[in-house]
Amino acid sequence: MSTLTDPPNAGFRLSMLFNDTRYRSLTFQVIAAIVLALCIWYLGNNLIQNLRAAGLNISYSFLGDPAGYDINQRLVEYDSQSSHARAALVGVLNTLLVAFLACVTATVFGVIAGVLRLSNNWLVSKLMAIYVEIFRNIPVLIWIIIIFTIMTAVMPGPRAFRGDNATSSMVLDLFAFTNRGVYIPMPWFESGLFASAFMNWMVVLAGLVASWFVTGRVTTWANHKQEETGERPKTFLIKLAIWFVPFALLMLIMGLSWEVPELKGFNFKGGIKVGGPLIALWFALSIYTGAFIAENVRAGIQAISKGQTEAAAALGLRQGRIMNLVVLPQALRVIIPPLISQYLNITKNSSLAIAVGYADITATLGGITLNQTGRAIECVLLLMLFYLTASLTISMVMNVYNSSVKLKER
Amino acid sequence: MADQTTNSIAFVADGNIPESPPPATETGVVKWLRDNLFSNVTNSVLTIVSLYVIYLLLASTMPWMLNGVWNASSLAECREILAGKSGACFAVLTERWHQLLYGFKYPQATEESARILGGLLTAEGYWRPNLAFLLLIVAIAPVLFFDLPRKLLLFTAVYPFLAFWLIWGGTILAPLVALIGFVAAAYVFQTFGRGSFAVGFFGAVAAAFAVWIIGGALIPEGASENAMLTAVPSRDLGGYMLNMMLGVTCVSLSLPLGIVLALGRQSSMPLIKWICVIFIEFVRGVPLITLLFVASVMLAYFFPPESTVDLFLRVVIMITMFSAAYIAEVIRGGLAALPRGQYEAADSLGLDYPQAMRLIILPQAMKISIPGIVNVAVGLFKDTTLVSVISMFDLVGMIRGPILASTEWNGVYWELLGFAALVFFVVCYGISQYSQWLERRLATDHR
Repeated sequence: MSTLTDPPNAGFRLSMLFNDTRYRSLTFQVIAAIVLALCIWYLGNNLIQNLRAAGLNISYSFLGDPAGYDINQRLVEYDSQSSHARAALVGVLNTLLVAFLACVTATVFGVIAGVLRLSNNWLVSKLMAIYVEIFRNIPVLIWIIIIFTIMTAVMPGPRAFRGDNATSSMVLDLFAFTNRGVYIPMPWFESGLFASAFMNWMVVLAGLVASWFVTGRVTTWANHKQEETGERPKTFLIKLAIWFVPFALLMLIMGLSWEVPELKGFNFKGGIKVGGPLIALWFALSIYTGAFIAENVRAGIQAISKGQTEAAAALGLRQGRIMNLVVLPQALRVIIPPLISQYLNITKNSSLAIAVGYADITATLGGITLNQTGRAIECVLLLMLFYLTASLTISMVMNVYNSSVKLKER
Repeated sequence: MADQTTNSIAFVADGNIPESPPPATETGVVKWLRDNLFSNVTNSVLTIVSLYVIYLLLASTMPWMLNGVWNASSLAECREILAGKSGACFAVLTERWHQLLYGFKYPQATEESARILGGLLTAEGYWRPNLAFLLLIVAIAPVLFFDLPRKLLLFTAVYPFLAFWLIWGGTILAPLVALIGFVAAAYVFQTFGRGSFAVGFFGAVAAAFAVWIIGGALIPEGASENAMLTAVPSRDLGGYMLNMMLGVTCVSLSLPLGIVLALGRQSSMPLIKWICVIFIEFVRGVPLITLLFVASVMLAYFFPPESTVDLFLRVVIMITMFSAAYIAEVIRGGLAALPRGQYEAADSLGLDYPQAMRLIILPQAMKISIPGIVNVAVGLFKDTTLVSVISMFDLVGMIRGPILASTEWNGVYWELLGFAALVFFVVCYGISQYSQWLERRLATDHR
């Protein structure tokens, strides 16, 4: 007689750490943790030793010291006695400015080029293909330098506008394109509701937001009406009035007038000066990224099957309405995710400002401040922190938008 | 009745009408023009506008290009020759081509080069980078085109060490020791890797380090001084050569790193997964310029105090990390696109993780990721121009620095920038065309 027993319990052997799936992942993670800790310890130790040898320490107190350099292109008050932190703020705002402007224009260029590339017109589609290939395959830095060279070396100096036989003249007597920048008229209010210009502009903005809200309500009302009666009321004129009447009234009350740039002495005075570096960076980023966006738009439109267009045509929709009501809403879903990463690229590529001397965050905090104070580690860390925050914020906002247009599936 | 009807018919056809040619508007050039250029009013307007744009472009550039001066020693001389006509001064390219291509400090004709090859490849003595470039084409061919004999891959494996020796010069012992280290690692992995991947892998790493430490100690002090090829310090490299070197090195290094990161991000081990996620998201969130700043001003603090790691290596480290993060995301897309069944099938065949990845998952995932990887590679190659910002003299750095600042060529913008644009366009366009060919070649599905 024999009794069946369980096989003897083998107990724990060392080889099971590698061969037994129960323990193996734990072993690898412990090894990884040890290696990681060793690396951090080694790098940190080197850092401490090197800093001690150089007589440095990690401190952010330099941010409060006077910066001692001037910045031409700025959105907020700043002079050379302002602190490094203030200079960094000017840089941050400049980065955001050029990134925003470039995102808008790149989208416009990209959508136009992408749609035209699908045009029936052979010549136009080939031209757009050439545009896309040329701009995608040449580094953006070279484009920035090329456009900066046009802005500085080809544009006439302010002197050329002077005298009876001036070689250059202002466009429409309003805009002056010079090698020191482009001067455009500046709107201002004679009898604003508030003392500060900023508050007055806020009032205008509030008015526009209100108009936008009301037009939205009008659309909703029209939709309801259509569902009830089958007739869609004509809303175009109503919307036009809602947009323009309050705006025009506001302008009339506040007394809008334009300050036109004028040649005084050796340079233009008055108006808004848009510096050459800003234009170079803005335009180069726009056309370069526009080429990429064009490809995304084309891919998005082509991803919509032909059956959709044909079905819409069979329903009797006109060409324009097929595009607006059937193709584009579906194509947007395909286009938006790559568009987000293009916007991120623009924000990151705006750091190339340093090559043309546009005072963005990389040029102020990572350039002049770093060189003046020698605080390399602190400056680079702050720089990375800013870009990380900006990137994460943009992708978060765009992801929210993306999920709102996403196909709702049950 | 019947007669009447037959008589009332005036004409009965008794044969086929001879075929007549289609109307002029329905055939040939005219039809093509009507269909493609003038199908309606909008199209016609667009065509005319496009033609006008093309005319403007050509009218402004063609005379300038055709009048180009190829032989002059300075811009002033160029203008003299042109005598007021509009024309390009391409002489700057013929004058400074060696600076544009190799940087302004790379040793030109040295006695050794004359002795060894007698200026076989070029009279100028730039034969070392030239030969390295020619060999690069040979080495890269079997990687790009699968139809070539697989034996050529052996040369590809040796090429990095050969190219290092050719470009940097110095003693041949250093790259030789490095090569032997890799050979030893490969041997150990072949012998022990069959049983367990981990044992083979760690054994290979240990073997390589052993060879490098012993070999490094054996290289005599000052071996580089009387070497066959003069040693060239990294800071003397420049021009388009620097862009090519950075591009090729960083792409080939970041591909394996990117695969490891992508697999790590998919891992079920939380610690490894989170290390990879944080690394990838951090690197993708900051611009390359800040990473280059790290390389130029910050990275030196993290190396041992007495060591000096040259700028080229620091830049390679940072660019490799940068592109590895992007490649990892592309490959992650490929891994995610594979149906779950592939993973399960590999498991059910009894393959362990390294085998399953190597034999089943990665070959398919890589195929899906090829267009993305090529995009990253093209982007990386274009981004190598950014090193000019941290005062390395690559092609753009050479143009903006020594050449435009020189008294002879101050003001020759378009010829130089156009040249830079052209060389980058040729390479990047070539790579993207290759990727399209490869996609068609690898397409095994039926369409």
